[in-house]
Amino acid sequence: MKILVCISCVPDTTSKINFTNNDTDFDTNGVQFVINPNDEFGLTRAMWFKEKNNASIDVINVGEQSNETVLRKALAIGADRAIRIDSKAIDSYQVAKNISNFIKEKSYDLIIAGRESIDYNGSMVPGMISEILNINFITNCVSLEINGSNATAKREMEGGIETLTCELPLIIGGQKGLVEESDLKIPNMRGIMQARQKPLDVIAPDQSEFKTKTHKFFKPEDKKEIKMVDPDNLDKLIDLLHNEAKVI
Amino acid sequence: MSIIAYIESSNREPKKSAYEVISYAKNISEQLSAELIVVAINVDKTNEISNYGPDKIIVVNNQSIKNFNPKIYAEVIYQICIKNSTNHVILGGGADSKFLAPILSIKLDAGYVSNVVGAPSNYEPFTVKRTSFSNKSFCDVSISSKNKIISISSNSFEKKKIRSNPEIIEFDAEIPDSKITQASVDLSKGNISIADADIVVSAGRGMKGPENWHLIENLASTLNAATACSKPVSDLGWRPHSEHVGQTGKPVATNLYIAIGISGAIQHLAGVSSSKVKVVINNDPEAPFFKAADYGIVGDAFEVVPKLNEKLKAFKAENN
Ligand SMILES: Cc1cc2nc3c(=O)[nH]c(=O)nc-3n(C[C@H](O)[C@H](O)[C@H](O)COP(=O)(O)OP(=O)(O)OC[C@H]3O[C@@H](n4cnc5c(N)ncnc54)[C@H](O)[C@@H]3O)c2cc1C
Ligand SMILES: Nc1ncnc2c1ncn2[C@@H]1O[C@H](COP(=O)(O)O)[C@@H](O)[C@H]1O
Repeated sequence: MKILVCISCVPDTTSKINFTNNDTDFDTNGVQFVINPNDEFGLTRAMWFKEKNNASIDVINVGEQSNETVLRKALAIGADRAIRIDSKAIDSYQVAKNISNFIKEKSYDLIIAGRESIDYNGSMVPGMISEILNINFITNCVSLEINGSNATAKREMEGGIETLTCELPLIIGGQKGLVEESDLKIPNMRGIMQARQKPLDVIAPDQSEFKTKTHKFFKPEDKKEIKMVDPDNLDKLIDLLHNEAKVI
Repeated sequence: MSIIAYIESSNREPKKSAYEVISYAKNISEQLSAELIVVAINVDKTNEISNYGPDKIIVVNNQSIKNFNPKIYAEVIYQICIKNSTNHVILGGGADSKFLAPILSIKLDAGYVSNVVGAPSNYEPFTVKRTSFSNKSFCDVSISSKNKIISISSNSFEKKKIRSNPEIIEFDAEIPDSKITQASVDLSKGNISIADADIVVSAGRGMKGPENWHLIENLASTLNAATACSKPVSDLGWRPHSEHVGQTGKPVATNLYIAIGISGAIQHLAGVSSSKVKVVINNDPEAPFFKAADYGIVGDAFEVVPKLNEKLKAFKAENN
């Protein structure tokens, strides 16, 4: 089984979000980039298939050279090969197009992406890839089993969970549940050493068309002062919620 | 030229988010003098839709697609777009809409922006405001392609009643075969979903253990609210993963968010901060959540929550 994991490199969740160049760019100063959490669950699930089904794992990212540290971490966790498409990610369409073009002649059985990236939260890339390549797609995926050429996946929908079956190839948008938090692997010394020897191929982008463009970032307005209510005077809270905030 | 508002439904009725989506699309249709078409799949009750000003309602009634399927739904909407020279498709932020939208964007060769929180600020180029970095910031995004798809975050756009007398059209869509089979569905019983709720009652590790969650559930039931939790609570298995909210869980953009025994870590706040009003109940006056909330109570959840529940019950009884 051949697996491709799409990895988006995102600011660590504790990062302070600031902007530069007149608020047109994200300020990467002092920010540590990590594997997008949803993709980390996916990569860990891929490792499970590697151990059980002898699957091979490639990881791919569309981005600049600075992302290679994150790709090396994916190799240290256990991926076999990394591919970086050398292009600044402008929008999801351009990312999806380039990844699709790479996948086209490669016969991957399974493509694992995340439900969303935590930087732009688009929830776009895997769905677009599925349509460009005309392959099956399941997002908000919380469980995935493969049996021969068949997949059984669970999807979190509003108000419940549905179990879906389909044939490979399949692309998923994964999230927590695919594996548990406690299953996530921290690369060990051996993994880190091995990662240095593993291939990290840089390929030129196939095209650079994009359809959307981010112009300016804004920080949320400063919060107004909090009103404290005495725990012995809960009627006051109800009054505030009813008459002032008008939410009950 | 026309604008399509695609609305989600449950039990053959439009979901609450539908009216926000229609109002959003109505605003654009007025600006561009374009026809507004509401597209509803397997929906019977269309009366209420007419209160929000559509020119047409296109209904697709087909038993073979009673289960949501993103590829098929995208194909159906695509066929309607082609027939009606549609350039703009507006959808809500529900899981199904966000599942089908990227597929539709490829079919229509459209630029797609999700998590939009405001009306277009400009039409040349077409520009909207969306959230980014899990609600830690916003940004202006423009779409350069002729066709455009927008999915709007829930509770981010004011519904506006404009009575109209729309033509109701049954559309006989060509339904492709599904390559994905639904083997089973496991519905969580009687719960209100976080995405649909006006009020969310959320609790964290401060509740000490799953055996105490009846306090949270009782309060939620009084308020007709959904229940949610912090990440460690779901990691510990005290609550199902589907209740985990925050940067790596579900986003919450509700009218009232009540956080009980939650410290207010940056990753938690990121996901819930776009809720309109936030109430924090925590016994530690230094808990970071107090810096991000509108109303705060320093107190022991085990005392405050049951008391608050009793008082709210009385309040509800009086005000209903
Ligand atoms: C990559 C990453 C992603 C993450 N994503 C998320 C996410 O999406 N969502 C999320 O929630 N977290 C997330 N976290 C975890 C986050 O950093 C915090 O650890 C978590 O939010 C803390 O949960 P908590 O507030 O329930 O627990 P704690 O931090 O343990 O806080 C418990 C609170 O309860 C209060 N308390 C205790 N007893 C009582 C009482 N009797 N009455 C009232 N109050 C009481 C305490 O004062 C304390 O403030 C993430 C972390 C990482 C590293
Ligand atoms: N630049 C990128 N390179 C590789 N994969 C990406 C990139 N951006 C997004 N993805 C994948 O698509 C998923 C959804 O991202 P998004 O559509 O941006 O929310 C991510 O979890 C990744 O798996």
